[in-house]
Amino acid sequence: MRILVPIKRTPDPNSLVRLTADAQIDLDGCKWIVNPFDEIALEEAVRQREAGLDAEIVVVSIGPEEAADQLRACLAMGADRAIHVCCNRSLEPIQTAHLLAAVVATEQPDLILMGKQAIDGDQNQTGQMLAGRLGWPQATFASTITISDNHTTAVVEREVDTGRETLQVRLPAVVTADLRLAEPRYVALPAIIRARNKPMANVAVDDLGGVPDCGVRTVGYELPPSRAPGVMLPDAASLAAKIREAVQ
Amino acid sequence: MAQIKAPPGGAFLIEEAELDGVLIPEELSAEARLMARTTEEFIRKEVLPVTDRLEAHEEGLNARLMRSAGELGLLAGGIPEVFGGLDLPKSTLTLQSEMIALASSFAVTVGAHTQIGTLPILYFGTEEQKRKYLPRLASGETIGAFALSEAESGSDALSAKTRATLTPDGRRYVLNGTKMWISNAAFADLFTVFAKADGEQFTAFLVERNTPGLSIGREEHKLGIRGSSTCRVILEDVQIPVDSVIGEVGKGYRVALYILNIGRFGLGAGALGTSRELLRHSAKYANQRVQFGSRISSYGLIQHKLAEMAVRMFTLESMLYRTAGYWDVLFAGVDASAEGSADELRAVTEEYAIECAILKFYGSEVLDYVADEGLQIHGGNGYSEEFPMARAYRDARINRIFEGTNEINRLTLLDQVLRRAQKGRLALPQAAAKLKEAVLSLAPRSSDLSADPLDEVGEWIRQIRNATLYAAGQAWETLGVKIADLQEVAAAIADMSAVLFALESGWLRARKLAASGSPRSGLALSAIQVYGADACAQVEQWSRYVISAISDGDTRRTHAAVLRRILKPPLVDTVTLRRQLARSVIELEAYPW
Repeated sequence: MRILVPIKRTPDPNSLVRLTADAQIDLDGCKWIVNPFDEIALEEAVRQREAGLDAEIVVVSIGPEEAADQLRACLAMGADRAIHVCCNRSLEPIQTAHLLAAVVATEQPDLILMGKQAIDGDQNQTGQMLAGRLGWPQATFASTITISDNHTTAVVEREVDTGRETLQVRLPAVVTADLRLAEPRYVALPAIIRARNKPMANVAVDDLGGVPDCGVRTVGYELPPSRAPGVMLPDAASLAAKIREAVQ
Repeated sequence: MAQIKAPPGGAFLIEEAELDGVLIPEELSAEARLMARTTEEFIRKEVLPVTDRLEAHEEGLNARLMRSAGELGLLAGGIPEVFGGLDLPKSTLTLQSEMIALASSFAVTVGAHTQIGTLPILYFGTEEQKRKYLPRLASGETIGAFALSEAESGSDALSAKTRATLTPDGRRYVLNGTKMWISNAAFADLFTVFAKADGEQFTAFLVERNTPGLSIGREEHKLGIRGSSTCRVILEDVQIPVDSVIGEVGKGYRVALYILNIGRFGLGAGALGTSRELLRHSAKYANQRVQFGSRISSYGLIQHKLAEMAVRMFTLESMLYRTAGYWDVLFAGVDASAEGSADELRAVTEEYAIECAILKFYGSEVLDYVADEGLQIHGGNGYSEEFPMARAYRDARINRIFEGTNEINRLTLLDQVLRRAQKGRLALPQAAAKLKEAVLSLAPRSSDLSADPLDEVGEWIRQIRNATLYAAGQAWETLGVKIADLQEVAAAIADMSAVLFALESGWLRARKLAASGSPRSGLALSAIQVYGADACAQVEQWSRYVISAISDGDTRRTHAAVLRRILKPPLVDTVTLRRQLARSVIELEAYPW
């Protein structure tokens, strides 16, 4: 079977993201990583294969030229080949889903395994929109995945507010990874060297039918207001007094 | 792509570098960064959380961590592929050394293994020794150690008392003696032991841990790096086969010198990595600590410290990657897997001995500054073991002592310069003579208001180079080989050379950043302006110190007049520049490049 793992190049959450004087996002000096949820999805795919699943793992990323660095990291983690859709503009989830659907048309994967959300926009929509566009079943927030021996179904345990829910989906399907699905491995140095020779295909956005307009326009950015510092109260009585004051 | 050339070692003393051959860290490959990320994650997740257990010398913990590091390939980078290594570029390894140094004690463990514990075999071992040991050293299945020092033989390594006596049948050596301060001793499997064959010929031997008669002393109670193992290695009638000799009998000093040379480079890289982490701690603390109603990061004296840390680190980083880049060019021309390549490998390694000496003493002194002033920023909390600075302060201190004390490294620098000059490898006497002729015709310059501030710093560098050349040339003319006996003068020349290399490396990097339109180029310019202005004043002082020590009367006055023509320290508002640098450090809570 073939597993397609879409990954996104995102800023390292430890990097400081600021706004420039003209209110644009300032990413100078920012470190870039594979979106951690996508990394978890890839780790799960690699583990499934290591546990005996006969699968080709293909990673795809839609992003600038530098996203090749993140794809290379994924190849070192265990993906067999990579597809780089070169795109220098920021995309809305519906646009990403549109382009990914075009990739799916060519690649014909049996399973799409991706992060539940990217840590930059935290939108949590792309997986769902992709499944909708493809007309495929979806299982989001997966914490375990079991694929049937004949590769026709997957049983997915997902974390929901009330606990855990178990779904069985027909394949092909879209499954999105939650935090506890798998802990990504360290990318060993010999694996990085071996990944030098793994194939990476470059695809132009135009070859996928271009980016459709989605009606969303970015008006501007502003930082959330800074929080006023808290105060230390000496005892519970003064806390109660403060609360009374606030309620009145 | 243009053919990148690497200049001969020490060339910075006599001529300006070509911009093209200079590697700056901003140009490191994505692969190098990915490997560094693996290293950093491993250190942060596996090593730093067990620091206390390492310091308590928990049985087997260091060896287990080394095995894990080996499985990730973190110990194999410097070893050729044919011997189970990864054969990584020096620049990639430099970044990796920086990351390992986030854990100071473990960095000593790794360094003792990958550098001084492994390289004697790579550079001097027989094919058989390499095949037998290198793959297991690369994987961490075998841990290496380097046993050179003795209780009464430190810097003066050749005075070692450990003896190797050939058995009457000529098939074995019997070792007797006690080695001291041996890193990794508690868990090492393989020791490079230096001993005098038949009491005279200083020689390196390979000794396996399980050889009868070899025993390990108790852990030394140290000021810092307590998570590393440091013990005596006691040799009592230890019998080893004659093919355990590394290199040639009587040529042990060559092994020691070559290997320490590389160790010095790694130490400089580690010093930078540790400094990076300490600057993060310091900036963060300065932003949190409120006194007199304001964060202490808003005060000028705290900003001065933060900026000065960043400036010194910037110059250290620029020197490190410049040297690593030169090395990569030279190493690329050597096929390390070919038999008999060891001679070439050694020659390339030795090429930058002057630069390595600088990186050792300069790097360890940058780290000491960062640790000391970082602790100062933490105030009383810095003195408490509850905060990270106290341990960092203790851990940093060893770096000025091991791998050749900083005093020895300053003397080594001048020794190397003189050797190369005598052998015609470095045209220093010619450059000094040319300068002497030219100096009489030097016209006074007004250098304060130049159109391009980068050009102005370039002018300062020329002045510093000329002052260094003049002082060194005059010292050589007056004292000849006796210059080595006047250690104070030798050290001053070493300091001038270091400042020259540091400023020029930072300047070359700033020019590259400016040319590439990097948003960090403005900050780089400020850093070299601050460093350069102070450097000019320091070099003026050092050069006057040198000529005053080697001459008197009219000669001295003439020298002083020449120096005044050569060197005109600029007037620069470094207060404003440092505050600007500090703002970046405070905002990012990190080293800003």
